[in-house]
Amino acid sequence: MSGLAPADVRGAVARAIERHVARPGALLPLLHDVQHELGYIPAESVEPIARSLNLSRAEVHGVITYYHHFRQHAPARHVVQLCQAEACQSRGAEALATHAQAKLGCSMNSSSPDGRFALEPVYCLGLCASSPSMMIGERVFGRVTPQRFDQLISALDPGDN
Amino acid sequence: MGAPSTVYVPRDSSSVAVGADQVADTIAVEAARRGIELQIVRNGSRGLAWLEPLVECATESGRIGFGPVQAQDVAGLFDAGFPAGFAGDAGLAKAARHPLALGQVEELPYLKSQQRLTFARIGLTDPVSVDDYIAHEGFAGLRRALSMPPEAIVNQVIESGLRGRGGAAFPTGIKWQTAMRATAKPKYVVCNADEGDSGSFADRLIMESDPLALIEGMTIAGLAAGAELGYIYVRSEYPDSVRALEQAAQAAREAGTLGANLLGSGRRFDVVVRMGAGSYVCGEETAMLESLEGRRGIVRAKPPLPALHGLFGQPTVINNVVTLATVPVVLARGAAYYKDFGVGRSRGTLCVQLAGNVRHGGLIEVAFGVTLRDLLQRWGDGTASGRPVRAIQVGGPLGTYVPPSQWDTPLDYEAYAKFAGVVGHGSVVVHDDSVNLARMARFAMQFCAFESCGKCTPCRIGSVRGVEVMDRIIAGHEVPRQIALLRDLCDTMVSGSLCAMGGMTPFPVLSALDHYPEDFQKGLDDASRPNPQEPAAVA
Repeated sequence: MSGLAPADVRGAVARAIERHVARPGALLPLLHDVQHELGYIPAESVEPIARSLNLSRAEVHGVITYYHHFRQHAPARHVVQLCQAEACQSRGAEALATHAQAKLGCSMNSSSPDGRFALEPVYCLGLCASSPSMMIGERVFGRVTPQRFDQLISALDPGDN
Repeated sequence: MGAPSTVYVPRDSSSVAVGADQVADTIAVEAARRGIELQIVRNGSRGLAWLEPLVECATESGRIGFGPVQAQDVAGLFDAGFPAGFAGDAGLAKAARHPLALGQVEELPYLKSQQRLTFARIGLTDPVSVDDYIAHEGFAGLRRALSMPPEAIVNQVIESGLRGRGGAAFPTGIKWQTAMRATAKPKYVVCNADEGDSGSFADRLIMESDPLALIEGMTIAGLAAGAELGYIYVRSEYPDSVRALEQAAQAAREAGTLGANLLGSGRRFDVVVRMGAGSYVCGEETAMLESLEGRRGIVRAKPPLPALHGLFGQPTVINNVVTLATVPVVLARGAAYYKDFGVGRSRGTLCVQLAGNVRHGGLIEVAFGVTLRDLLQRWGDGTASGRPVRAIQVGGPLGTYVPPSQWDTPLDYEAYAKFAGVVGHGSVVVHDDSVNLARMARFAMQFCAFESCGKCTPCRIGSVRGVEVMDRIIAGHEVPRQIALLRDLCDTMVSGSLCAMGGMTPFPVLSALDHYPEDFQKGLDDASRPNPQEPAAVA
């Protein structure tokens, strides 16, 4: 899955370090940049990040693993996050989750067999008056019916279908 | 031929999530195809979520609206005369015949019946245009603050009665005063934009529809406290908010309303936008400080107060987005004007976020004292499903399920506290009669288990035990004993947790148990099950 060349990882990490090292409280913005560029935070980036910020590797590892947003492995091409919080539940989020799992062929917190989709729960996207809502990558969607879900999924990667 | 018509298509997430970008693109394409010159302004949302995407066009009799508009409706709108053909009385009559016509947007009862102070500008302006902002009373508060000594600014905020809108309702001016009197330098202003509470979207609406109000409010806080730098900590689930804030801050710097020389005064203040990383607990102020400093978002013990010993150990004013975005109007119009709204010790306006199973969900800013029944009847217009309302959770995932007997209680901090209710940040999530409150109680525990930072045992372990107990109750296993256990567990969590995460998770759980006990008995066999209570409809 992870086809990243070591040189790419080193380059991305070095750029992120250079951008942020002088800033107070640099670790989160630095990790965000690494993940933004590479899709996740590879294990081999921990050591140079720790060294640059004068932290222990354990501290950096602790931060990466504490926050739900940071990934330690390459994600699927499309990360589908379904809101499962109360306002979305009141408008059928659970039924939508059941539908999505059947449609993509995977359960929550896992990836579809072809590796294109990852399905994750999320607790509130701030679209509570347009529920149920979801996010695909960084794009948000509201009033998601099962039919609309199917349309949105089919519209991704038109070249592949 | 007059100037090109101006049309408005919102750019905030609540509009984009239901197709606003496609609508704007289609309008541009369709106008070009028909040789019509028009200017598309990507405004903010008016907060009338069910009408999004709400397309408006400017006429001499005000802005007229159409909604909800989908891309496939655009050609029909143009066929009907959109936009220039809607000029004059004949044009308005023509517009009114369109099936999506809403008439003059300002006259919509949903909007007209509100008292918008904090949200006065949303939807009217291009959120990242400083000129638009200034044309709508923007920076009037900052201009005034620049002519006042810090003590006078703080006094205005104290006198306005403004309390923290993030949920804790602590008097804002008192926080500022503590930081102002601290002698250590530098000082900071931190905006808590980690709007993790499900059901709430007021912060998001400000950040994406009127971000300059937040920036102005932070600047005023900086002048009051003696800080020259502010951080806005935005949750990672809101990438659009981050982009809007960064654009707005850049525009403000270029206009000289942010940065090294505020409105030519020689005073300075700037902001840094920081992104969280998906941790609910980071909405707790000390956990947020840890996160900003680059550590895991673990709650700190208080004291020391962040106002004295906050970010990087320095005096720090920490306020929520809505609180800070309210400061400009307090300064611009004066403390007395703001204080005039509201009841008792809850002064000013409450920014209700009506959501969940309602037909007309959205942002409702009204003076404190409105009731849930008002909200449901005058604004919500019943459930989206058409079924009776059964339960309403107020104040986010740590707020109580408010039973029908309290739906006439005014929404003010003290009145709600009397029945262990929580106004919080004003989110109101409506459930119809298909809801099972035992399942919602289990969800509250599960959410706590998922999001607990792990520092204190009642929260870390208690939430996991809570899920297990709820599972046994839902399965109908030893229900009376498990309920006794659940109450005991909730007592431990309330009394022994370090912050609101563990300390308030029992609120939804116990309110569900106290007011909807029949849902906790459903696991029993039919013979021993009490008759389900008749669900309460909205009268």
